[in-house]
Amino acid sequence: MDKKTDVSILTWILVAFCVINIFFLVTGKLGFDAKGLGIITAVALTLAMYSFLYKDNPVFKIAENLFVGVAMGYWIIITWFNILKPDVFEQLIVPFFKDTGNAPQYIVIIPTLLGIFMLLRFSDKLSWLSRWSFAFVVGLGAGITIPNFIHAFILKQLTFDSLIAGSLPDSINNFLILLGVVSVLIYFFFSLEHKGVIGGVSRIGVWFLMIAFGASFGFTVMARMSLLIGRIQFLIRDWLGIIQ
Amino acid sequence: MERLLKIDRRIIFVFVAAAVTIPLLIKFDLPVIATKEVRGIYDKIDSLSEGSHVLIAFDYDPASKEELQPMAIALLHHCFKNNIKVIGMTLNPGGTGLADSAITEVGNEYGRKYKEDYVFLGYKTGVELVMINMGENIYSAFPKDFKGNATTDMPALKDVQSLQDFDFVVDLASGSSIEAWIAFGKEKYNFDLGAGCTAVIGPDMYPFLQSKQIEGLMSGLKGAAEYETLINRKSSAVAGMSPQSVVHVLVVFFVIFGNTLYFMTRRKK
Repeated sequence: MDKKTDVSILTWILVAFCVINIFFLVTGKLGFDAKGLGIITAVALTLAMYSFLYKDNPVFKIAENLFVGVAMGYWIIITWFNILKPDVFEQLIVPFFKDTGNAPQYIVIIPTLLGIFMLLRFSDKLSWLSRWSFAFVVGLGAGITIPNFIHAFILKQLTFDSLIAGSLPDSINNFLILLGVVSVLIYFFFSLEHKGVIGGVSRIGVWFLMIAFGASFGFTVMARMSLLIGRIQFLIRDWLGIIQ
Repeated sequence: MERLLKIDRRIIFVFVAAAVTIPLLIKFDLPVIATKEVRGIYDKIDSLSEGSHVLIAFDYDPASKEELQPMAIALLHHCFKNNIKVIGMTLNPGGTGLADSAITEVGNEYGRKYKEDYVFLGYKTGVELVMINMGENIYSAFPKDFKGNATTDMPALKDVQSLQDFDFVVDLASGSSIEAWIAFGKEKYNFDLGAGCTAVIGPDMYPFLQSKQIEGLMSGLKGAAEYETLINRKSSAVAGMSPQSVVHVLVVFFVIFGNTLYFMTRRKK
């Protein structure tokens, strides 16, 4: 479709959107308050985002950039009030200049400096300082993660339940899990040629992998549809008031 | 046939939109049967005595609201109805507003008092480090709540010193925080953990159910609908099950239709 048609579609949708909202505000279906105006804003942004399904357009771009900006602003405010203010500003800086009854927590200087060093990556001259912060993060992260992950995700998962469980379906489940683990591991074992028994078992492994990918895809479809359902519920319940 | 294979994707979008909207307007109910996984969380909370402490981690942001907020609300209804003290927190800065509104609205509905019956601790950065800190001393991790009140003398946190003192911990996650709660929380400090997650990460969580590292699992909008059915308070998640079923049938139809056309045209060539 040409640009002229697109502009006329956009204009008609905007006119319809304005007419509906003015009608709702005049009739009192939507209050002229924070809640009512909040709903109108949310509807406008929802429709703007879904307009991408028609094709990429300036309204979608505006909504997309607005989302990024608002989300970043929100994150900064939350980080200030939940972390920087109580853990740095009130612990270190305020007691330094004012008598609060508490001594300044000088230990906070170390993590604060390491945090500032990270931001120095943007400086050509001082970016080398950021390596100290990264070294600290990588070292600490590896030290904490490796033993805990090995314990929780390998050793605990290796704990073997009896193949014979309380009920027949549970026993079948246990057998299928064992077969799945062994056959998939053999499929990824490349030191032996996949022929004969090894080839047969690895083929079973491929089937297990395919079923797992199918299940993952099915769950993903379900998740994406849930988001659409939620938005349409919002549009026809909270905005249009058609359903309760 | 070739033309059908090159169908405009927007026609499929219209079908999907209709498959979601029409069942919501016509409103027909399909049975929602609670699975063993969801029942695991319900039974655990139901078994707790009055005054027990449940920690709910709202580790999601508005992008996953449609799946996880109904789950959180259903869980809060169950806790407040059973007179259980609820302690909320989040490891996702985008989750603070959703968590605060859910916990406050449901708490008010049951006449529960902030600081006495429930508290929202707010957001802390660091994920694994926050868990380890909470496992050692919860007041060191959260000296103040989301509203700036000191947590040390809060009645809602009476008898709670660390993660071990919680009778149940539930993580509602849109990311990888469930794995972190297992590795750095449950396995390290030994407490009962339940999980709720988006459907996308649902399949990855089943191994932890099998190994009993989590007590139960709510996965996606369906998990929330099952929980709403169990607490006998059908709301937006149950209402979403009819369009979900219709749209799934449509997707299955499209997959079969597309594959049939593909194989037919390939044979022709």
